Amino acid sequence: MSESTAPIARPPAPTREHYLNVKYGIKSWLLTVDHKRIAILYLISITAFFFIGGAAAVLIRLDLATPAGDLVSSETYNKLFTIHGIIMVFFFLIPSIPAVLGNFLVPIMIGAKDLAFPKLNLLSWYLYMIGGSFTLWAMIAGGVDTGWTFYAPYSTTYANTHVIATALGIFVTGFSSILTGLNFMVTIHMMRAPGMTWLKMPLFIWAQYATSIIMILGTPVLAITIVLIAIERLLGVGIFDPALGGDPVLFQHLFWFYSHPAVYIMILPSMGVISEVISAFCRRAVFGYKFIAFSSLAIALLGFLVWGHHMFVSSQSPYAGMVFSLLSFLIAVPSAIKVFNWTATLYKASISYQTPILYAFGFIGLFTIGGLTGLFLATLAIDVHVHDTYFVVAHFHYIMVGGAIMGFLGGLHYWWPKMVGKLYPEAWARFSALVIFVGFNLTFFPQFLLGYLGMPRRYHVYDPEFQVLHVLSSAGASILGIGYLIPMVYFLWSLRYGKDAGPNPWDAKGLEWTIPSPPTTFNFEEPVTVGDVYDYPTEDETPPWKQGSSEGAHV
Amino acid sequence: MSEIGEHHGALAHHFEDLEQQRQSADLGMWIFLATEIMFFGALFAAYAVCRWMNPAGFSTGTSLLDVPLGTVNTAVLIGSSLTMVWAVQAGHRGDSRSIIRNLVGTLLLGSVFLVIKALEYSHKFHDGLVPGSLFTYGGEQAAGVEMFLCFYFVMTGLHALHMVIGFGLLVWLILLARRGRFTKEYSNPVEGVGLYWHFVDIVWIFLFPMLYLLEH
Repeated sequence: MSESTAPIARPPAPTREHYLNVKYGIKSWLLTVDHKRIAILYLISITAFFFIGGAAAVLIRLDLATPAGDLVSSETYNKLFTIHGIIMVFFFLIPSIPAVLGNFLVPIMIGAKDLAFPKLNLLSWYLYMIGGSFTLWAMIAGGVDTGWTFYAPYSTTYANTHVIATALGIFVTGFSSILTGLNFMVTIHMMRAPGMTWLKMPLFIWAQYATSIIMILGTPVLAITIVLIAIERLLGVGIFDPALGGDPVLFQHLFWFYSHPAVYIMILPSMGVISEVISAFCRRAVFGYKFIAFSSLAIALLGFLVWGHHMFVSSQSPYAGMVFSLLSFLIAVPSAIKVFNWTATLYKASISYQTPILYAFGFIGLFTIGGLTGLFLATLAIDVHVHDTYFVVAHFHYIMVGGAIMGFLGGLHYWWPKMVGKLYPEAWARFSALVIFVGFNLTFFPQFLLGYLGMPRRYHVYDPEFQVLHVLSSAGASILGIGYLIPMVYFLWSLRYGKDAGPNPWDAKGLEWTIPSPPTTFNFEEPVTVGDVYDYPTEDETPPWKQGSSEGAHV
Repeated sequence: MSEIGEHHGALAHHFEDLEQQRQSADLGMWIFLATEIMFFGALFAAYAVCRWMNPAGFSTGTSLLDVPLGTVNTAVLIGSSLTMVWAVQAGHRGDSRSIIRNLVGTLLLGSVFLVIKALEYSHKFHDGLVPGSLFTYGGEQAAGVEMFLCFYFVMTGLHALHMVIGFGLLVWLILLARRGRFTKEYSNPVEGVGLYWHFVDIVWIFLFPMLYLLEH
């Protein structure tokens, strides 16, 4: 806080004990039960998986630069998009915000010393690593070519690749997700500091709570589905294979019962981050707190009722299709409520344009595009036309990359000073946020056009008429890739050379900003009581020098 | 919370008092059981769909199961739930000896269940009523019967796996009780494992009629 302008070198400040320096050595990390250290373990692991999944994406985009598909063979191409999907969905996106930022912040934001079950939390990380190692092994040993969706009967009868090993990896990792969700739910129910009633919780906590509901109710269904796939493959009994008397649509129902809500596992935590970031950089409480809080719950619950929209063309009953279509339109309402409320918060606020809010702007715009194109896909007739085309690919990347990853990066920038006690270089961070935004749009916007024109997904040999758009997309992907590398570099750089952050570099409200950075092992030295976590000055308290110019100066 | 509560050895550092710790552990177990319901629920749903598609094969399959052994096992398992309830009650009283006695009873009844189950499995193996390469059933509905047996083994196998995990938990509790860890103020683990054990029982209560009795 005390950045003096004195030119003389400051004597090294007496080192304060905090969670990072309280103990050293590999063992103190691998056996830690501190939620903050576990968050760091997750951050390192998911970053590694992100770059593995990203490398697969680079190869895919390189191959698609020419219509002939001449870089890799068709088999390899199938394995590449499968690796990309599995790694990014199960090993990066799903754990990203909950396991890193959630782990770090849930106890701190509600005034607790740790999660309710610290050992279980460590177990979650180990399960994640075991599952991840299994899946990686399967990929090195020869890979899988079923796509991340494992559709039967291809996955159960015909695929000649490491389906069972990969499935086992995902099965184990699923329990990591379940246990994290369980831990968050119990913590949020039981360990809030005195004064923090449900309706005083930070919106990030509401988002984590809603996400946890999906994790604990959805993931077990995927787990048993994977078990059935493995058993059908091992024993040759037709649960899903129609040639053996089974029902492949049953597989799709079971799979999407989890995997559609899983999209909300990815996006809800990001929405929580955006609510916090917007309120911090607009210096006001988010407009319509209750609407944002309850829309998270509404998304979690409605999210379980829309899975059938993945199966409009899979011999599902047309009446079921109509109901699923209607419900899919409905779930757009709570998402739209959030977008309206964030926008209303931005309206006439004195915004400071730091990196986190740049990501929040990116999120709002890209998520809106992703959400609106989702409505196209929820429309039965249009879905028949664009089903399994690049339109779908573009749509879900706008949600999962444009939404979820923007939120993750925004949150990481926002809380990085709290996590490590150092500031990242602001100019570089703004620059990379811009690079990522441009790269992202250049990569995925052409894919909407490709899909609308009829380019099917998962093909690597295509009609030459699509090449221009594919080349644009590949060019965008290379920009996007560089955009992701820059933060990696400056975050590491800041660990050593970054300026000291002080407890509250953003002058933000919320319990996490009342304690030193990095926090001590037990977060709070004294018992906490909570008033209003969004205690920003109201309009009436605006200093007089600001009031006169409120008409246009502060956009 | 009372003085005793606040300085109780079992109080973890991050909880305010034993009551908060107990409620958290309870809630955690209930949430875990919710995930278990979804886990078995999806399996039951798959069973229902497959049964609906192959009614004849599934009822033939049902007629191949040993109803008397299944009935005995149901009774044994319900008995083990009774001893488990007694153990939880003893926990509330802080009566370590009674906790141990009842947990050992639960363990024994659970073992009887698994022995009978193993007997049933070995009969099935002997008769070639096992899905996969060992399957030798030659009747009319062979494909449907094989699918039924596949569900039979997956469902009862997962149930048995849950029981084996339960055994581990029971042994852990017995060791804790012998060391005198449970007092009137603190017996959460007994309560939590009790919930788990009853859940595993209830799963069987659904499995038994679905697999053994539903012939038509």
